[in-house]
Amino acid sequence: MENTRLTGSPAGIAAVRSEKDVRNPYRPSPAVIRAITVENEARDIKTFQLAFGDEAARQAFQFRCGQFAELSLWGVGECPIGIASSPLEKDYVEFTVKRMGLVTSALHDCEVGDVIGVRGPYGNGFPMSALEGGRVVIVAGGFAFTTLRSLTRYILHPQNRDRFGELVVVYGARNPGELIYKQDLQEWSRRDDISLHVTVDGGDAGWTGLVGFVPDILKRVAPSSENAIAVVCGPPVMIRFCLPVLSDLGFTPERIYNSLEMRMKCGIGKCGRCNIGDKYVCRDGPVFSLAELQRLPKEY
Amino acid sequence: MMAGTDAGTARLISKNGITALLEALIGEWEVLAPVQLREELAFEPITHASQAVLDFSNTTRPSKNAIFPPCEVLFRYDGQEVHEPAFGRERVVFAMRPCDARSFLLLDNVFSGPPSQDPYYAWRREHTYLVGLACNHPSSTCFCSAVGGGPFDMRGLDVFLTDLGEAYLAEPVNARGAAFLERWAGADSGWYQEADPSAFQRKQELARQAERKLQIGAVLANPLVPSQTQERLESQYEHQLWEALGQKCLGCGACTYLCPTCHCFDILDEADDGSGRRLRLWDCCQFPLFTLHTSGHNPRPSGKERIRQRIMHKFRYFVANYGEIACVGCGRCVRSCPVNIDLRYVLSDLLSDQGQAEMTMNTGQCG
Repeated sequence: MENTRLTGSPAGIAAVRSEKDVRNPYRPSPAVIRAITVENEARDIKTFQLAFGDEAARQAFQFRCGQFAELSLWGVGECPIGIASSPLEKDYVEFTVKRMGLVTSALHDCEVGDVIGVRGPYGNGFPMSALEGGRVVIVAGGFAFTTLRSLTRYILHPQNRDRFGELVVVYGARNPGELIYKQDLQEWSRRDDISLHVTVDGGDAGWTGLVGFVPDILKRVAPSSENAIAVVCGPPVMIRFCLPVLSDLGFTPERIYNSLEMRMKCGIGKCGRCNIGDKYVCRDGPVFSLAELQRLPKEY
Repeated sequence: MMAGTDAGTARLISKNGITALLEALIGEWEVLAPVQLREELAFEPITHASQAVLDFSNTTRPSKNAIFPPCEVLFRYDGQEVHEPAFGRERVVFAMRPCDARSFLLLDNVFSGPPSQDPYYAWRREHTYLVGLACNHPSSTCFCSAVGGGPFDMRGLDVFLTDLGEAYLAEPVNARGAAFLERWAGADSGWYQEADPSAFQRKQELARQAERKLQIGAVLANPLVPSQTQERLESQYEHQLWEALGQKCLGCGACTYLCPTCHCFDILDEADDGSGRRLRLWDCCQFPLFTLHTSGHNPRPSGKERIRQRIMHKFRYFVANYGEIACVGCGRCVRSCPVNIDLRYVLSDLLSDQGQAEMTMNTGQCG
């Protein structure tokens, strides 16, 4: 097999699997960090805007909302991160990353202009055809907003807005400083085609918005379950308390979706660690309906 | 069984002929054969025919490493320059047992299945000829015939050898195997002898003996039907056996490292000042770290969940995904377990209709 440069060599990357004419799924595509946004006051959540080094890689990275990618730093390793930008933003891909372990810490130390590796997209993504034509209720807590931000931006795009019904977003964080995507939140709050409810567990002097836990706010907002699907992402405890609220509102387990986190390596259903029963979160998930999850072992 | 399958002609190769054949092979291809490594018999590349051990019940380690090595380089990198490893010569795995051959067919589901083919596995699979050796003397721990295999099962192999005592009967299993025999044991090779009907009669007799030996005292008397096994295990997720097994199991991982169908792996980097390599290494579902989230949460926090995962994966989840049981009955896990957990008894307890209270000495009881 030929040697190719990681940066800017479309021909080389295409030629890697010349023998079988299949791309090596383990080989990340180089992407340059175009912008870094520090999302929270604690400065441990950053959004990385990436642009692929070559056109072939950009074209190959066709994703759906709710999918994820393996971000890769040579010498450090890889980690699976949900895609935070909308598929309609063609020039770049965004990932919001919390500084947690080895790879995410190294990523936080990167600067604009650095080149990292991306492979994917992986996973099933949100059930877009089921979401279309109906109400969409998005419930997000803390840092888990990322793929739901992708979904929100996608739905709000002028090209798409008519294809979806009412859009309700309930989003909460521990305190105002921990709210992420502040620019999006501001823009969305000015629109009349999204019902946005941003809450914090505890406010501060400058906070004039809602105060309360996400499940309580969800109960107060009481979005209609008629022809509606709820997508819930957040800490396990938030999800646990949101489910009965949604159930009381009339959402059946088939119409509540969840995106799961799991330790992963390959992202393509081979390395064997992210399974819940016979489902691999990387391949068959990460998005599952509550009905699907109820049929699976409670190993998540 | 008639001389000459559709794929080509069977032949007899004398014991000396096999040595000569191996020597010829070694000159051109990479040859992996059973080699004595201290107390273990394992498949390793050989440089002389004399290194190959061809008289054994089963190898200590499976031949899985020939296709899926315990550690392999996915990439080397230097700065931003990335090199994929170059693959080498054609290869042959010589004298592997039918159980190990079946494991490759099972692993194909995982590595060659959707959403993407694994190119490292695929290359080795495509460029490795598999020469099997009939299992004349199955061990007391063997149970291949209970999980869909058999001591003389040719599936997955290219060439099938049967040790007839003074010579080997060499049968091509497919066109690849026929081509292999034509090339390495052709009429002009000097060790070619056409197999007469008596050789096949002798083989059939050996096969009958081997199958009889497996039947004597078999823990799993009836072959497991994949769909029924899956269905039965679906109702055994909360069986009290798991807790007992979790208590007993040391979590050493010997069973997974010696299992021909275990395929879990880790990917990690080894680097020094910007240059280094990305490696793939076998991993093990019996280790807590295997599923540990960065947050500290672990979906399979104790031995109970981990041993349940191992057994459920092979006998329930794999069936759900690929329609087959991911066990070839080689018995290596039975032999190697330091606390004598015997998969056969575990299965018979889980699959028995005697209710949850029934547990045998071999599986359920601690201490």
